[in-house]
Amino acid sequence: MGDRFESVQQVREGLKAVNYLADEGIAGVAFLADRLGKPVLVEGPAGTGKTQLAKSIAEATGARLIRLQCYEGLDESKALYEWNYKKQLLRIQADKNSDSWSEVHDDIFSDEFLLTRPLLEAISADDPVVLLIDEVDRVEVETEALLLEILSEYQVSIPELGTITAKQIPMVFLTSNNTRELSEALKRRCLFLHVDYPSMEREKEIVLTKVPGITDNLADQIARIVRSIRQLDLKKAPSVSETIDWARTLVLLGIESIDAQQAKETLHILLKYQTDIAKAAKELSVDK
Amino acid sequence: MLDLLNGFVAELRNAGLPVSLTENLDAMEAVQHIPIEDREAFKYALGATLVKNNSHWRAFETVFEVYFSLRGPEYRIGDGDESDLDEMWREMQEQMRQGDSKGQAGGSMDQLTPEEIAQMLMQALLNGDQALMRALAKQAVQRFAGMEPGRPVGGTYYLYRTLRNLDLDGMLEKLMDQSRQDVGGELTPLEERLERDEYSDRIEQFKKEIEAEIRRRLVADRGAEAMAKTLRKPLPEDVEFMHASRDEMQNLKKALGPLTRKLAARLARKRKHGRKGPLDFRNTVRHSLSYGGVPAEPKFKYPRPAKPELMVVADISGSVAAFARFTLMLVYAIQGQFSKVRSFVFIDGIDEVTEFFKSTEDVQEAVHRVNTEADVVWVDGHSDYGHAFEVFWERYGKDVGPKTTVLLLGDARNNYHASQSWVVKEIRQKARHVYWLNPEPRSYWNTGDSIVGEYGTHTDGVYEVRNLRQLEGFVEKLA
Repeated sequence: MGDRFESVQQVREGLKAVNYLADEGIAGVAFLADRLGKPVLVEGPAGTGKTQLAKSIAEATGARLIRLQCYEGLDESKALYEWNYKKQLLRIQADKNSDSWSEVHDDIFSDEFLLTRPLLEAISADDPVVLLIDEVDRVEVETEALLLEILSEYQVSIPELGTITAKQIPMVFLTSNNTRELSEALKRRCLFLHVDYPSMEREKEIVLTKVPGITDNLADQIARIVRSIRQLDLKKAPSVSETIDWARTLVLLGIESIDAQQAKETLHILLKYQTDIAKAAKELSVDK
Repeated sequence: MLDLLNGFVAELRNAGLPVSLTENLDAMEAVQHIPIEDREAFKYALGATLVKNNSHWRAFETVFEVYFSLRGPEYRIGDGDESDLDEMWREMQEQMRQGDSKGQAGGSMDQLTPEEIAQMLMQALLNGDQALMRALAKQAVQRFAGMEPGRPVGGTYYLYRTLRNLDLDGMLEKLMDQSRQDVGGELTPLEERLERDEYSDRIEQFKKEIEAEIRRRLVADRGAEAMAKTLRKPLPEDVEFMHASRDEMQNLKKALGPLTRKLAARLARKRKHGRKGPLDFRNTVRHSLSYGGVPAEPKFKYPRPAKPELMVVADISGSVAAFARFTLMLVYAIQGQFSKVRSFVFIDGIDEVTEFFKSTEDVQEAVHRVNTEADVVWVDGHSDYGHAFEVFWERYGKDVGPKTTVLLLGDARNNYHASQSWVVKEIRQKARHVYWLNPEPRSYWNTGDSIVGEYGTHTDGVYEVRNLRQLEGFVEKLA
């Protein structure tokens, strides 16, 4: 359907050009999403670059990013569309005497009085867009149903107006932290992509691209330490973004190569729970 | 190709993965865009369309390996790559000869002694040389596994035979020694740790190569269908708590978080969507202003959300040891979701362990403390539900109120002690709900010393909870 990309390789290169290092799986699924015209459900631990993926795809394809942040209590009027009630009132009052009722009635339910919200906006856009539905697991199961029509048919039905169909099929990314199981109906409509912590080599690459002025040696060391830490049984393993933060800190501190002491002192950037920090510090220094 | 995919999907379904028709069609469409020669991309294309749950990925991978193991240029079994290996070997010898000028006899791989293979393996692991590792895995399997066509032995047997000959544990130590030498002296503890992780990682990788190689040979021998059948393993949600291995336990632990959140959501939702409360007079009057003082739109008070209180009473005796461990983790997870949870554990005595879970963020530590510090043994350390319940009623019975939901966890194997089931009856009268979760298969209930039926009559329901799927079912029903 789409032809944004020629091949998987091109996806990778395109993403690399905007400083996003995709692995085989990520690039492959993005390529397929484009080809099949299907949304992608991206799942995985926090801070592994799920949202960033959508942003980078938008940047790489030169599309506009439309973002819908999900939260508990999200409803139709915030996700899809809303009638501009005040404007409608004004319209009615403006020609109280002249028009017949049916005319006004038809008139106040037209495009002019429709407020588009992210989903409708993505559908009705003329320019290329990437739609990002962020943290979809936060909405209630019932609200998920709102998304189904747009995800499978790329259209929105408005009772008063009829059905609005997409002029071009946007790329859609849904992200989820897996705090709850999403409904089968939603999953069935999407391609599924699990983004896990990167391999050591990829993490090193990421650090090298994201942190200017870092030496190859330090990046290597950082990636290796982070991998060791992730193997521990922690409450919250360090995410990629935390790794990058840590790398930045070390560069700012002018450290060329980490020793146990320095690692211990800066661990709190990598880990956010006191128990985790204590455990990691213990493992890194006394371990035999 | 179509046949292959159909067989593949059928096998996924056999393995328990829910693959719907639309997903199947998606997969068919997806593979048209991806060349089958690009095996990794092909795998991800199938995965993205067919597997919608990360915990199923492993099962998917296994089936994929079996069905597509003989495809793709680097995955053939054949003589073609032997020559590559020989070349590599010769190259290495060249280097060695230059290095220490000893001069070894050049020859093909098949004539190597085991020592030489070990030497090569060490080099490969030291440098992280993927190609050499793969080649060596092939060689090792060919040489050590002693595979015979048509022999009805599982892959694990061959794996064991191969690994026994390679001594990979000793290899780790040797590698560490080597890197110590390279540095010339002692490594700092941090470096030591990092090196060790690195090498274990590589060795792990090498083991996987061997496993894959064995699997390939078995598939070639027996055919994909038969092989897939022998490799079938229960999905994480079907793993029985009582017989879970360590790895499986890890997976279960991960799945617990979402489940307890769901439980909390279920209990909370009842409050939100429940019936409306009495008329809210002030609010009604306020809204009547927009109708010129006519109370056209009556407003109601929403019932104050009552915070659900939960009491978990769990058996942690030996007969349910595996389940108990899981129970404790469940309790820990529940505690994070509810504001008011009290947990009790018992064998023949009972003790409250709420504090152990509250005071620490580390579930392992909490479980450890429960196992070591809780005062749960009264006489002999054999389960006595009767006595435990009696003491529970005596000490904590007054805390059970109309808002409390009580969860009783255990197999109700009472060692023929008095059942004291009147306690459960009393609890039920005071509490909102009482549920019993039993980790035993239903067919074992009420056999031998199990008296779950007697207790069960006094509860709001007894549920068989042997695996995650059933636990989820229970949570669903709760709403």
